[in-house]
Amino acid sequence: MALLEVENLQVHFRTPVGVNRAVDGVSFHVEEGETLAIVGESGCGKSVTSMSMLRLIPEPPGKIAGQVRFAGRDLLKLSDKEMRAIRGNDISMIFQEPMTSLNPVLTVGRQIGETLRLHQGLDAAAAEAKAVEMLTLVGIPAPERRVKEYPHQLSGGMRQRVMIAIALACNPKLLIADEPTTALDVTIQAQILDLMRDLKHRVGAAIVLITHDLGVVAEVAERVMVMYAGRKVEEAPVRELFSNPRHPYTQGLLGAVPKLGSSLSGESTRLAEIPGQVPSLTKPIQGCVFAGRCAIATDVCRTWAPALEMKAPRHVAACHYALKEAVAA
Amino acid sequence: MTRPLLEVNDLKKHYRIAGGLFGGKPSYVYAVDGVSFEVARGETLSLVGESGCGKSTVGRAVLRLFDITSGQVVLDGQRMDDASKDTLQTFRRRVQVVFQDPFSSLNPRMKVRDILAEPIRNFGLARSSAEVDERVNKLMDLVGLPREAVKRLPHQFSGGQRQRICIARALAAEPELIVCDEAVSALDVSVKAQIVNLLQDLQRELGLALLFISHDLAIVEHMTHRVAVMYLGKLVEVAPKRELFAAPRHPYTRALLSAVPLPEPGAQRERIILKGDVPSPVNPPKGCRFHTRCPHAFERCRVEEPELKIAPGDHWSACHLNDLPLAENPMVTPLAS
Ligand SMILES: Nc1ncnc2c1ncn2[C@@H]1O[C@H](COP(=O)(O)OP(=O)(O)OP(=O)(O)O)[C@@H](O)[C@H]1O
Ligand SMILES: Nc1ncnc2c1ncn2[C@@H]1O[C@H](COP(=O)(O)OP(=O)(O)OP(=O)(O)O)[C@@H](O)[C@H]1O
Ligand code: SF4
Ligand SMILES: [Mg+2]
Ligand SMILES: [Mg+2]
Repeated sequence: MALLEVENLQVHFRTPVGVNRAVDGVSFHVEEGETLAIVGESGCGKSVTSMSMLRLIPEPPGKIAGQVRFAGRDLLKLSDKEMRAIRGNDISMIFQEPMTSLNPVLTVGRQIGETLRLHQGLDAAAAEAKAVEMLTLVGIPAPERRVKEYPHQLSGGMRQRVMIAIALACNPKLLIADEPTTALDVTIQAQILDLMRDLKHRVGAAIVLITHDLGVVAEVAERVMVMYAGRKVEEAPVRELFSNPRHPYTQGLLGAVPKLGSSLSGESTRLAEIPGQVPSLTKPIQGCVFAGRCAIATDVCRTWAPALEMKAPRHVAACHYALKEAVAA
Repeated sequence: MTRPLLEVNDLKKHYRIAGGLFGGKPSYVYAVDGVSFEVARGETLSLVGESGCGKSTVGRAVLRLFDITSGQVVLDGQRMDDASKDTLQTFRRRVQVVFQDPFSSLNPRMKVRDILAEPIRNFGLARSSAEVDERVNKLMDLVGLPREAVKRLPHQFSGGQRQRICIARALAAEPELIVCDEAVSALDVSVKAQIVNLLQDLQRELGLALLFISHDLAIVEHMTHRVAVMYLGKLVEVAPKRELFAAPRHPYTRALLSAVPLPEPGAQRERIILKGDVPSPVNPPKGCRFHTRCPHAFERCRVEEPELKIAPGDHWSACHLNDLPLAENPMVTPLAS
């Protein structure tokens, strides 16, 4: 049994223009000590997927269906009280937008300490000492002074590190990290990625890492799940995915990444884009979700939705024309 | 030579922070401590550096979002740091911003249409309500959002979509300079490519200048003309992008470039790990501010502050290694990749 098993997760939002099928039947699992990266176009449902696992989606307008089994228990069936005991303790989350998820009127020391007092019963002094230790770990200079400061006094990257400190404080078994390093410079980023690896080794934590940075994915993930328009369209071990992307969307994604060294290899012109736009999630989609932007789409694609199919060992993709490895007789 | 669009001269911004628990003497965060640079019309200058080194503070000073401690911010020959209200109003139109955190910079209760219409009206850029609508629609097209989405509220968009709204809002004022503070960091790869291409197109068409603050060095390398590297409130290196990426002259820049994760699983690269204490801007180290972590620091670095000096190719760097004979300077070898 995997530590986290998500089955047929659906998250729909009621909106004035119809039901937004933000996440539409996504299944995946994460083993203990494993890092699964989720990548995909903006708006494809990565954050909604992760927030719904922790039941942080307001219902209504949201509506969550499916199963989210953590260590065998379906989180979607727990009471609010049981859920609160898990959140921030066994499972913690680093949110995408640090400024909106930190409380502006509490010092950062209080905010880190809060979790520790709530879940680990530390007293105020011990919680503050631990808060200082956590800030040191995430590389914030002068932590004794910083614990007394408010979020607006910190730079963007420092706020993000405060969020990370809060998330790591209780040694979670599952860490969900939504763009944890976007606001960080690469040297600090390397340090944070080390901290996440360390958490894996020390407590066997599983990590779900959402990021647009394919460099980070290549560096820390074991497996990658690619989402598009609320669905999973491809999943594979990291090396396999980078060397043999099988879904045209994944191929476009990998092609659009600028690489360091572009100024030497001749005058850089334009970055490759994936032309077109994501389909509206409030209207039913006929056929393949990517057909409207896919260079190789045919009438087959526009009519029938391709199923997720095993294309190589541990490698699934949802495309009618994705190459399938010949099965050894 | 033509006058640069933006000149920043010896800019300082020191934040006063409260004294100790019982009053005590006040102390300051030396967030930006003597920074000078220029941005030409139609040019992109990127500002990179460690988190907390003062990049956003420079950006906010350029936007005149607060009073600076000292120095000058000059737009098109006009001093902005002590400008009158009237000059400021036009300045506010000519210099726009796109921030890193799109959610907190959009009013959650305003529909997208109103968000975009506000600057158009404030700066008197349309004569009728029909003209406002027409411009709003054009802006939506420009940033690749469906026109029907103008009726929605910010929380009904994904993070990346919200960032496109912020960019549209900045463009609405028809600015000459846009300060992009981590403007594309939250975007996915293909939208990032679209927005970067869009910014470059707009730059070509409108002669737009960009002050581009970013941690994404591959993007910076792709789209910038020049790069300025900051460390703890000061510039340590300024150079055209080829010079900087091919042959960085400052040890900090080298460490920074070596830490960029490559999109190739299993790629092995030699990373320069910075050891030593991360100094605080309240108490910056004497001498070279980087000496506590610099792998090349020597005696002089601990006592004397290096100045920005020019090398061939309009390549400025502030490091005492510059004064060593060429054969002894480890910074003159190109980067091994
Ligand atoms: N409260 C809400 N009400 C209505 N729709 C919502 C709400 N929250 C999210 N959505 C929609 O759900 C979809 C998925 O959003 P989500 O934030 O998960 O995207 P994402 O993959 O995390 O994108 P990004 O990479 O930009 O962060 C989007 O179409 C968004 O508009
Ligand atoms: N309002 C404020 N009061 C006190 N200190 C501040 C304030 N705003 C910023 N600072 C401090 O000034 C320094 C520079 O901050 P700034 O936001 O400019 O950094 P940055 O280079 O943009 O970092 P990042 O890459 O993390 O966004 C930091 O030490 C920060 O804590
Ligand atoms: S001046 Fe000295 S300490 Fe500073 S970067 Fe150069 S070698 Fe390193
Ligand atoms: Mg998201
Ligand atoms: Mg900043």
